[in-house]
Amino acid sequence: MVLDAKIPEGPIEKKWYNHKFNLKLVNPANRRKHRIIVVGTGLAGGAAAASLGEMGYEVVAFAYQDSARRAHSIAAQGGINAAKNYRNDGDSVYRLFYDTVKGGDYRAREANVYRLAELSVNIIDQCVAQGVPFAREYSGYLDNRSFGGAQVSRTFYARGQTGQQLLLGAYSALARQVGLGTVKMNARHEVLDIVVIDGRARGVIVRDMVTGEIERHSGDAVVLATGGYGNAYYLSTNAKGCNTTAIWRAYKRGAFFGNPCFVQIHPTCIPVSGDHQSKLTLMSESLRNDGRVWVPMKKDDPRKPNDIPEEERDYYLERRYPAFGNLVPRDVASRAAKLECDNGRGVGASKMAVYLDFADAIKRQGKAKIEEKYGNLFDMYQEITDENPYEVPMRIYPAVHYTMGGLWVDYNLMTTLPGLFAAGEANFSDHGANRLGASALMQGLADGYFVLPSTLSGYIGGTDLPKVSTDAPEFAEAEKDVRDKIDRLMSVKGDKSVDYFHKHLGKILWDKVGMGRNEAGLKEAISEIRELREDFWKNVRVLGDTNELNQSLEKAGRVADFFELAELIAIDALHRRESCGGHFREESQTEDNEAKRDDENFSYVAAWEFKGLNEQPELHKEELTFEYCKPSQRSYK
Amino acid sequence: MNFNLKIWRQKNSSTPGKFVDYSVKDIAEDTSFLEMLDILNEELIAKNEEPVAFDHDCREGICGMCSLHISGEPHGPKRKVTACQLFMRSFKDGESITVEPWRAEPFPVIKDCIVDRSAFDRIIQAGGFVSASTGSAPDGNAIPIPKKDADLAMDAASCIGCGACVAACKNSSAMLFVAAKVSHLAHLPQGKVERKERVLNMVAQMDKEGFGSCSNTYACEAECPKGISVAHIGFLNKEYLKASLS
Repeated sequence: MVLDAKIPEGPIEKKWYNHKFNLKLVNPANRRKHRIIVVGTGLAGGAAAASLGEMGYEVVAFAYQDSARRAHSIAAQGGINAAKNYRNDGDSVYRLFYDTVKGGDYRAREANVYRLAELSVNIIDQCVAQGVPFAREYSGYLDNRSFGGAQVSRTFYARGQTGQQLLLGAYSALARQVGLGTVKMNARHEVLDIVVIDGRARGVIVRDMVTGEIERHSGDAVVLATGGYGNAYYLSTNAKGCNTTAIWRAYKRGAFFGNPCFVQIHPTCIPVSGDHQSKLTLMSESLRNDGRVWVPMKKDDPRKPNDIPEEERDYYLERRYPAFGNLVPRDVASRAAKLECDNGRGVGASKMAVYLDFADAIKRQGKAKIEEKYGNLFDMYQEITDENPYEVPMRIYPAVHYTMGGLWVDYNLMTTLPGLFAAGEANFSDHGANRLGASALMQGLADGYFVLPSTLSGYIGGTDLPKVSTDAPEFAEAEKDVRDKIDRLMSVKGDKSVDYFHKHLGKILWDKVGMGRNEAGLKEAISEIRELREDFWKNVRVLGDTNELNQSLEKAGRVADFFELAELIAIDALHRRESCGGHFREESQTEDNEAKRDDENFSYVAAWEFKGLNEQPELHKEELTFEYCKPSQRSYK
Repeated sequence: MNFNLKIWRQKNSSTPGKFVDYSVKDIAEDTSFLEMLDILNEELIAKNEEPVAFDHDCREGICGMCSLHISGEPHGPKRKVTACQLFMRSFKDGESITVEPWRAEPFPVIKDCIVDRSAFDRIIQAGGFVSASTGSAPDGNAIPIPKKDADLAMDAASCIGCGACVAACKNSSAMLFVAAKVSHLAHLPQGKVERKERVLNMVAQMDKEGFGSCSNTYACEAECPKGISVAHIGFLNKEYLKASLS
C-alpha cells in the first residue's frame, strides 16, 4: 500500500483555502440524516462534537469520565499559541509555521503545520467569543507570554489554567448542543472496539462503565479524539485514566500507527519522591519565562541552594544556548537536565533533579507580579513538596508528558481505515518529533473546531454510505471479541494486581525507551515487554463483577493494550537509527552531546501496519518533502 | 505513618452501604490521600478482597473528578485543595479517618465512594454557555475587556465542578456552582446578550434537580478547593431578581 497524504496542490498559503472549496459539501437539510460517532470529548473531540452538532449532524459522543468537562486537556497550564502578532514583534502565520516545523525537528508534514498556524488566529477569536477569560492588559486587550522554541510572544493564557478555560469553553459549546438535542453525550462509557463494514469504519463497541452493559453504536463516520498514550510509561503527567485502547483497537483493525516512538519528555516536572507515587505533576513551561535553571558547579554539593554563591552555580541552559537560554525547546531542555544529573550534579535527596530559580525574577518584578503570573503553580508545588518556591528554588526533573506519535492520518485527518478520523493528540500529524509548548491546545482545537467540520463533510458528501444495522455480523463479531477479552481477563485469577504489571512495564519503558535509547537496550526492552506480557496474561488478578462498575477491570483492559503498544514503541525506536526531537539515539549524537539527525535515511513518517500479535508489523514510509522550511541541524545556540 | 480508616462500601445504587474498618501502615508523609487509598487497594487485592472504588483522574487538582468526604469535610481537613492534592503529612500518625462519598440527594451513590454528578451537566446544558457557534467570532481584540472584569470572570470560571459546595451544604444547595458560572459569563460583554435567560434557566434546572436553598452558612466557600467566593451568590441573587422583574 502506498501512503497517500492527500496534500492539496498549490502554494502552501493557498492549500487549505483551495482544498475547502474542492471538498464535497452536505446540504444543511441532509446533515441530520448522518450520524457521526465522536470518541473522547476533550479539546479536539469536544470541539468537533459541538461544531458538527451546530452544523446539524446527529452526533453521538463518548467519554470515560463522568463529564466532558474532566478530559485531561483541562490540565494544560501555560497557554495556547496564535500568530496574531498583537505584540508587533515580527510574528506571522509563516513564522509560527516555520517555528513548529523546526521545533518538530523536521519530521512533520509542512502542509498540515501551515494549516495549523493559519487556523491558530481563528481559535483565539472563537474562544474569546465563547467567554474564555483570557488574561488582559490594562488596556482591555489580550495579553501574551513567551514559550520555548520561539523568539516572539505569541502565547495567550488564562493564568496557569489555560487548558481548563479552553476546555470549559468547548464543554459549554458541547453542553449547548446536548441541550438542543443534536449531540447525545454518553459519559462513563468506554469504547472497546471499532466496527469495520465493507472496508469502512461504521461503528463502535462500547462498555457502559456503570452497568457493564456492552453496547453497539453505528454511524457514517467515527472520530477518535482519545488523547495520547504516555501512560504506557505508568508515571507520566497524564491523568490516570488516559489510555490507548481506542486507537490501539483501530490499529488492529487496519489503521496505521505513525511514529510511535516520538514521546515527549517534559523538562519541568516535580521529581519522583517514592514508590507510592501514582503520577507526576507538570510545572508549566511558562515558568521558564522567569525561572532560571541551574545546578551546582561542584558534584554532589551538599549545601542548600540558597547557600551556594552565584559564582558556584552553573546556569547550564544559558551557558550552552545563549540565544534561547532557558527557553530552549522541551527535548533540548530535558536532555540537558538528564546530562547534568548523569554527570553527578543533580540536586535534592534523589540527586535526580535540577533547580528552577525565581529569585532574580522576584527581585526584578516583585513577588506580587510573580504571584499573579504563576500563583496557582507555586501553590501546587508547595502542596506537593512542602517547600516554598518563593523562597527556595523549585526542584524539577523531566517526565513523560505528550505523545507526538499516534494514528497516521492524511491531510483530511482520516486514518488508513476509511471513515475513521483521528484528531488532537490521538493523531501523529503536526508536531513531528517534538512538540513546542502551547501547541497542543492549538492543535486540538484546530482539528476540532475547523478541520474536521470541513473534511468530515467532504468524506460524507463524497462517499456512498448505505445504512448499516447493528445486527450486521461485523458488529456481532466485534462484540464477541470484546466480551472474550473481558472474560479472559476475569478468568486468569492470578496473584498479582494490574498496577504491579503496569509499574513494571513503565520501568522498562522509562529505562530503555526513555530519554536516551540505544540498540542493545531497545532489543532488551522488546524481549522484556513480551515476557512481562505473558506473565500478565497468566498471573493478573481482576476482582469484582463484569456487570457493574469495576475499576480493576477497566485498568486491566487498558494495561493489556499498553503492553502491545509498548512493543511497537520500542520497535519503532529501534528502527529509527537517528536522533531527532524527543527520540534520542545515543549512537547518533554530536561531540557536544547534541542530537544528530539523519535526513538522508530517515526523513519520513514511519507508519506501522498491524500483522498479527507477535508478528513483526510492516513499515510503510511517508517521505517528507520540505519545500519551504529547509532542514538544517537545529540550533538554539 | 499508620492510619485507621473507616470507609463507605456500597455494592451499587440499589444495595444499602455501610462503613468498613481498615488500617494502613508505614505510609510515607509525602503520599497523597489517593495514593494512600491505592496502597490500601493493593493490599485488599492481595487478600482477594474487592478494592475500594473512588473517582479520580488528573490527580493534580484541576479535573474535579475526585470527590471524597474525609473525616466530615469535602476533600478533607486542608483548605483550598482537592483530595488528590491532600498529603498524608496533613494528618497525625495513628489518626482515625472516615472516608465516604458526597452526601446529597441529587448526587446518588453509584458504588462505594463514587457518586453521579450528571445534575451539574444538565444545569450547564440549561444555559451555562454563550451561544457563539463555531465560525461566527470577530477578532479577539475587537472586544476589549477591562482587566478588572476579566480577572473577576476568571476567579469565577476557575470552578472545577467537583461538587464539594453541595456536599458541604446542609441543604445540598448548588448555589455556589451556579453562581460561579452565571457570574463568569455576566461579567464579560460576550455573555451579556443572554444573561437573563441564562440565569432563569440555570436556576430553574437547579431547582428541578432537587438541590436545596442557600441559607448563607458559607460552608460552600470554606470547602471549595478553588476558594470561590460566596460574593458570587450575592451576584447571582441580584441577576436572578433583575431577570425575574424585567
